[in-house]
Amino acid sequence: MQKPFFIRNPSVMIFVALLAAFTIGVTILSQGFGIDVISTSMVKTLGKTLCLCLIALAMDLVWGYTGILSLGHFAFFGLGGYMVGMWLMYERTKAIVVNSLAEAPLPPTPNEIREGIGTQIFGVVGGAEIPPIWVFADSLTMQLALVVLIPGILAFVFGWLAFRSRVTGVYLSILTQAMTLALALYLFQNDSGLRGNNGLSGLQNIPGAEGVPQSELSVYFLWASALALGLGYVLAAWIVGGKFGSVIRGIRDDEARVRFLGYHVESYKLFIFTVTAIIAAIAGALYYPQAGIINPAEMAPIASIYLAVWVAIGGRGRLYGAVIGAGFVSLVSTWFTGGQAPDIPLGFYTVKWVDWWLVLLGLSFVLVTLFAPKGIGGLFDLISGRIAPNRHGADLGPGMGSLREQEAEK
Amino acid sequence: MSTLLEVSGISVTFDGFRAINNLSFRIGTAEMRAIIGPNGAGKTTFMDIVTGKTRPDEGRVIWGEKSINLLKMNESQIARAGIGRKFQRPTVFEDQTVLENLVMALKKTRTPLSVLGYRRSSDDIDRVEALADEIGLRAELPRKSGELAHGQKQWLEIGMLLAQEPRLLLVDEPAAGMSPAEREHTTALLVEAAKTRAVVVVEHDMEFVRRLNCKVTVFHEGSVLAEGSLDHVTANQHVIDVYLGR
Amino acid sequence: MTKLILIGLRAALFWMMTALVALAQTPIQDLLQTYQTEVAKPSRKSIDTVVDALIASGLPETRQVLFKWQNKDLFQRNEDGLFFFAEDAGNDSYRLIDIATGQSVGEYDRKAVTQLKPNAGVRGVIANALVQFQLTDPDPIKRARGLQAIERNAEPSHLKALRASIDGEDDPTLLARKQRLERILTISYDTDSAARVAAIESFSTDLGVDARAALNPLLATTRKAAPGLPQGQNVAKTLKPGSDDLSRSAAYDLLVEARLAPPLVPLSEQKAALIANIENGQVGGIKLRQLDNDAARARAYATLAGQGLAPPTVTEADIDAALARHVFYDLYTEPDSAVTDAAEKALTSIKTRVGLNQALDLALDGLSLASIYFLAAIGLAITFGVMGVINMAHGEFIMMGAYTGYVVQQFIPNYTVSIIVALPLAFAVTFAAGVAMERLVIRWLYNRPLETLLATFGISIALQQIAKNIFGTQARPLTSPGWLDGALVLNDVVSISYIRIAIFGLSLIFLVLLLFVLNKTRLGLETRAVTQNPRMAASMGINPDKVNMLTFGLGSGIAGIAGVAIGLYAKVTSELGADYIVQSFMTVVVGGVGNIWGTLLGATMIGFLQKGIEWLNPSNTLAAQTYMIIFIIIFIQFRPKGIIALKGRAAGD
Repeated sequence: MQKPFFIRNPSVMIFVALLAAFTIGVTILSQGFGIDVISTSMVKTLGKTLCLCLIALAMDLVWGYTGILSLGHFAFFGLGGYMVGMWLMYERTKAIVVNSLAEAPLPPTPNEIREGIGTQIFGVVGGAEIPPIWVFADSLTMQLALVVLIPGILAFVFGWLAFRSRVTGVYLSILTQAMTLALALYLFQNDSGLRGNNGLSGLQNIPGAEGVPQSELSVYFLWASALALGLGYVLAAWIVGGKFGSVIRGIRDDEARVRFLGYHVESYKLFIFTVTAIIAAIAGALYYPQAGIINPAEMAPIASIYLAVWVAIGGRGRLYGAVIGAGFVSLVSTWFTGGQAPDIPLGFYTVKWVDWWLVLLGLSFVLVTLFAPKGIGGLFDLISGRIAPNRHGADLGPGMGSLREQEAEK
Repeated sequence: MSTLLEVSGISVTFDGFRAINNLSFRIGTAEMRAIIGPNGAGKTTFMDIVTGKTRPDEGRVIWGEKSINLLKMNESQIARAGIGRKFQRPTVFEDQTVLENLVMALKKTRTPLSVLGYRRSSDDIDRVEALADEIGLRAELPRKSGELAHGQKQWLEIGMLLAQEPRLLLVDEPAAGMSPAEREHTTALLVEAAKTRAVVVVEHDMEFVRRLNCKVTVFHEGSVLAEGSLDHVTANQHVIDVYLGR
Repeated sequence: MTKLILIGLRAALFWMMTALVALAQTPIQDLLQTYQTEVAKPSRKSIDTVVDALIASGLPETRQVLFKWQNKDLFQRNEDGLFFFAEDAGNDSYRLIDIATGQSVGEYDRKAVTQLKPNAGVRGVIANALVQFQLTDPDPIKRARGLQAIERNAEPSHLKALRASIDGEDDPTLLARKQRLERILTISYDTDSAARVAAIESFSTDLGVDARAALNPLLATTRKAAPGLPQGQNVAKTLKPGSDDLSRSAAYDLLVEARLAPPLVPLSEQKAALIANIENGQVGGIKLRQLDNDAARARAYATLAGQGLAPPTVTEADIDAALARHVFYDLYTEPDSAVTDAAEKALTSIKTRVGLNQALDLALDGLSLASIYFLAAIGLAITFGVMGVINMAHGEFIMMGAYTGYVVQQFIPNYTVSIIVALPLAFAVTFAAGVAMERLVIRWLYNRPLETLLATFGISIALQQIAKNIFGTQARPLTSPGWLDGALVLNDVVSISYIRIAIFGLSLIFLVLLLFVLNKTRLGLETRAVTQNPRMAASMGINPDKVNMLTFGLGSGIAGIAGVAIGLYAKVTSELGADYIVQSFMTVVVGGVGNIWGTLLGATMIGFLQKGIEWLNPSNTLAAQTYMIIFIIIFIQFRPKGIIALKGRAAGD
């Protein structure tokens, strides 16, 4: 018989406890509910970071565990943001339009309100009509359902096509990258119905919560993000902890062997790809109301590669590694690009971190890949004294390329 | 004895090279069969075709009492239909424990959702432990299979095959790189398995084949050259010319 | 008394003299005198009569008169109103010269003469009239200029002059031009229907823009509504309201415009009327707060209309009835149906030819795009295809090549020389960068493609940012030499710029060069050996490290050259490479990895595809790229290993 889930996975308990402590700590220190040590914008940054940790978790599932280096998960993240952003923008604009029309001599008709909203939202792209894809924008429930459905369906269709034709490895990575690029380019058009490169804005204003100050909203969103991350972590740990995890790690290491064991590899890949796309979309739906604005540039292929960078730096093939990587890199990145990092005068040249941070990130990423393939998470192995099987220089096995010599999670 | 697998008239060409040439082969439900032949005789390609990895240009592959056409099925469907395969090099999941490897191979529903909801029952544990006893890896269950010795990995793979409960076992060079004692154990495992199911062993080592004590099929240049007892085929002049004589 | 007589005699003498002078007037002067006021004070209205009369007279001086008049060199003598040419004689006086004889008639104070100063509009008319004289000018350059002026701005009067000038034309090029122009003017201005039709038909296989410009106006139509079809007019076609050509509302608008039906009252006016009639919180007996839907507003308005406070609305039934009562048709502006029929036929025939040529043009465009993709991707085809190393920094190598070209131009101002220097230098720079990267990073990651991808991506973002830090974010120009400007024009539809031809040539050179290097040289042999079996190759005395290094350097070096080529027609920015990287990978993947021919096919397919999609949807290149990528994803479904796939065991299952 198997022991209960949490006892089998003590790291999950530790993680959830740390996450709870972090959330409570930030709440106490926040401007909205606490002693005003952490500014509202910092709370937002932390909340956004939690969302990034969640998508990193999804990336770790799909790449670290299943071996599919998807360079397209940020597309799902962005789509999730767009779906929730449509409701936020529509409802808020509606409130504004209704307000302004209330002054008119005649009470407004539904048509006039729709026209007003259309002009307000789509004036920047030279339109006044509300495109058909906004048909559910007035319903929060429907848009929340779309957060899951649209990226889920896209991932399912794309995954079905790609996996069915047995595209693997680097080819699959390039294909996912192409998918992201196609989506971003599509959204960049003005007639895509999502305001082209203007994107959706004003998302930090939550309709129906006008009276709640941003300082409090930011804490609510932090809680929501932390909850989502916690649930996501437990879900991911549950997925990878059992036989399913065994199978997907098997797929990562030797796809053909799993196939000959009688598992339909494509279904498993498709399942993981779709589930992680949905997790990514949920993370995006929580992220963008905190960021306040979303535009197609967020979904450019490079964003998804950064995602891979976070997971690699944190240590793939272990869930907490992904979370650490995303949290660490994005916070450090905020610190460097925010201008807080001190410049380094070299006499003939002053190194401004705003300019040089990306260079540092790029090079440190090369170094991590070369010298510390286990990433930051590898440090925990040193503490716990975990030793990987020593093969005395033998071949890495049939799955060369997908499996580093010691990539084990436990 | 009824026929379990019937392969008739298959041919396959790689870039002009005819790897399998009008090959026919059949095996019964509980039978041990050894396939020998020089390198390039098409032994591995034959297994690839039966397991669905390679599609033949022509020919038929018929399976079981219901005469199912295997050519219409993909690898995992064929595996679920009851054909298990062991590769030349031991391919176990080195990153996972022996227990995990065996549990993964256990005959169970293989759809993602049922696997997701799977919990190890005590029956399953018993079954795994019995298998581990059989392949002599009981003590190694919690160890990572990557840490096992080469021979142990071979056994683990055979154990995984048995856990699948296939009706036909395709075994590619099971004794390669084994010590004499390990070979004996392997032979015993295979002979035991052949009592209840069909086993096809591809092997170069004549001594090993002799110990299996079964019917032998000789492949040459993608077709069957001779078939019969080991003594019978080794007496065949053609076989001596192309294979043993060298 | 004698004094009186003397005075009388003198007066008589003077009269006689002036009479004599007047009697001796030349025909040109007579003509000018006929239109004295119009010549002295020309206006846009009157000028045409004068100019027409002058030209119609056929007098040899006409041209000079017009020329001088246009240049404000025509003078009028105040005392008798005669016109003269003049020279400045100094001392504020002019020496008048007789128009016909060219003889001086004496000096006059500037107050005694009036210089004619026609305004710009008049001068334009004169200039236009002068054009026809240019057609017969002995100087062929002037004749050509005259032709050009007519081509640009033709008038009915030119036709006759043009026809007259054709006979005497001895220059064959000019003759051809004149004849062509004559036919075009015939289409537009001839009065004889048969001649026009003949001219129109002569153009039915012609691709010239001028021919289409002459034919298109013939088919111009105006849309009309009337109770019945007009007789004796050139009707293009009748239209049915509610069809694709004519919507119901457009048809009704036509009726309103022709005052055949009352205008609709738009919602905004209805609303204004409602607002204007608010009384005690009510309109038309309905409470204001109930007017929050269209139905209630319609009812309120109907009440207002019933009370005569607002114009009545037109109901759908009214509209239908009005539409049924009238016919709608397109009327040709050109009254002659023979001409319009011929033009219709000729244009259809031209359109087919234009379509064919556009297809050719599109094919050339596709070819040039394909050669750009080929150049960008060929380096990748070597590193990714042959060596199996995925290099995400390839785009940045392209960028480095482009910036190398830019830097070279800062030092060598001669564009031709700088390009000649930049090409090998860019190769050297990126070759070195590639070798360095291979030595420092990639060789540790062979057989781990996903990690190579990530590590080289790290290098890519670092390189991109470094370029940004050095060169700034604004685009830097890489100017092409003058001889690459312009385009090769085949006809009015098909043309291709020299720079694209050059890039095409460059990619051809590289195709041949690489095929040679990989198939015929020692390096190629060793590369293939190392790729297929490094251990065996090593045991044969090949140094795999060296071969890998050189091969990678070669692939990167070509990226540098591609960078210079791309920089010549695109702006050089730090994102230059990133724009091409995905397409380059697509090219290699679609073509089939490990094969130069595959890359060529991949580039060709993607180039043509992209141009084709752009042609279908010309306004939107972003959408074109989207559809292209979707197409590629689907394509890979059917050929997962690309157009040219390796088969069998060698494919590395």
